[in-house]
Amino acid sequence: MLKRTPLFAKHQAAGAKLIDFGGWEMPVQYTSIVEEHIAVRTAAGLFDISHMGEIFVSGAAARDFLNHTLTNDLRKLAPGVGQYSLMCNEKGGVIDDLYVYCLGLGNYLVMVNASRIEADLDWMLGLHKKFSAAASVIIENNSDSYGAVALQGPNVASFIDEALPNESSADSLASLAKNQIRPINFAGELIYVARTGYTGEDGFEVISPAPVIEKVWSAFLATGGPHGLKPCGLGARDTLRTEACYPLYGHELNDTTTPIEAGLGFFVASDKGEFVGSTVILPQKTSPPPRKLVAFKMAGKSAPPRPDYPIYSQSGELLGQVASGTQSPSLGLGIGLGYVPAAFAQPETPLQIAIRSHRSPAVVVKKPFYKRAK
Amino acid sequence: MSKVPSDLRYAKTHEWVRLAGEYATIGLTDHAQHELTDIVFVELPAPGRKIKAGESCAVVESVKTASDIYSPVSGDIAAVNDAVVANPALANSDPYGEGWFFKVKLDNPGEAQTLLSPDAYSKQIGG
Repeated sequence: MLKRTPLFAKHQAAGAKLIDFGGWEMPVQYTSIVEEHIAVRTAAGLFDISHMGEIFVSGAAARDFLNHTLTNDLRKLAPGVGQYSLMCNEKGGVIDDLYVYCLGLGNYLVMVNASRIEADLDWMLGLHKKFSAAASVIIENNSDSYGAVALQGPNVASFIDEALPNESSADSLASLAKNQIRPINFAGELIYVARTGYTGEDGFEVISPAPVIEKVWSAFLATGGPHGLKPCGLGARDTLRTEACYPLYGHELNDTTTPIEAGLGFFVASDKGEFVGSTVILPQKTSPPPRKLVAFKMAGKSAPPRPDYPIYSQSGELLGQVASGTQSPSLGLGIGLGYVPAAFAQPETPLQIAIRSHRSPAVVVKKPFYKRAK
Repeated sequence: MSKVPSDLRYAKTHEWVRLAGEYATIGLTDHAQHELTDIVFVELPAPGRKIKAGESCAVVESVKTASDIYSPVSGDIAAVNDAVVANPALANSDPYGEGWFFKVKLDNPGEAQTLLSPDAYSKQIGG
């Protein structure tokens, strides 16, 4: 039996097409992937992300423990701020990519991929056992008792405060800066509102105890309707993040890829001291690894590139395979990401993607494919 | 509810056939386009190619998947629809009209009688 989020009844009522997503019964689309994608780019879209994991790490040594466990520097995080980070093994391979939020001194929320909750927890508990100040670190997995939604698109700031009326602060939610997170009282529970997202648009992610997540969903749909808000499924989530060149664990990232190969060196701290994987990862910042993740687009009309399709050089040498690929609704072209030898990673390098029995021309481009207008 | 025009015949694999003498026009049913949604690419056979009934000869790609199209009849590919290649969304918006895929000059005009009737196809898709 597939797992269901607290919003399952909402998806059924909205007529969503449901699929098996890593053991979860989730909406892939409500009307059409292209329609939902365009709604997020031009108005607003609402995604159920309750299947993701919420791990709370607290205690006097919580920050030091997380700085040992993750690549980015938590000393940069004041209360009310979050950062994108990666958790790596001793060989520098990525165990998961995630967001860590500082909720207060010694109080952190780590938001992880749904497919990696068990692996992440096992890993963190293993590190905790060996951590010198383990007695001052508490790790709590609240993934099953929390839900979350992502509200994304240029219009979201117009109705976020109407949806989540906020008596506890004089400041509006619309005034939250990127990566800020704020706890508010909603329907008798403490919920978190963060200015974060995975689509390349402005947006908010709301993380809340499961009993009130349905009310959050309904509040957004009711207030967002006049602003063009549509519920959106995982199909659009994938086309949106691919256009923004955001990695997806299991595609661009796995335990054999390092953050530097994936082009995520910005999220690796060079000056905070050791962290798990640092002995492999930090030298890669100055001596680039032999392979690199590139973005490419198809050179003309063609079938879309898809994961695992072989990538060839113009002269027919096998270079690697597609990690993520799709038809881009915003560009009207096939786009993809894949690892190639560093010599082939420059923008404008011609490639060929093997699609069924023939090879279609493609070209390496600068990331991202899509950047929202400021 | 999917449209199942009464003047066509159907294959189990969701292609429709419109007969006109010794020629058959083939496309994808409303039910199939609705399941796929967002068709972004159509690859059609070369004119002149000989095909047998049940042979895969075209591909339709949606955002998420690639699907094979099987010819319901045997014969020679007489024509292909350049319009749907240029604008794949026609297969979603007008599956029985502008969204047709290819025409076959039939080896055996009687063969089409073995295909599913509109009622039989409706039953198959749960109509």
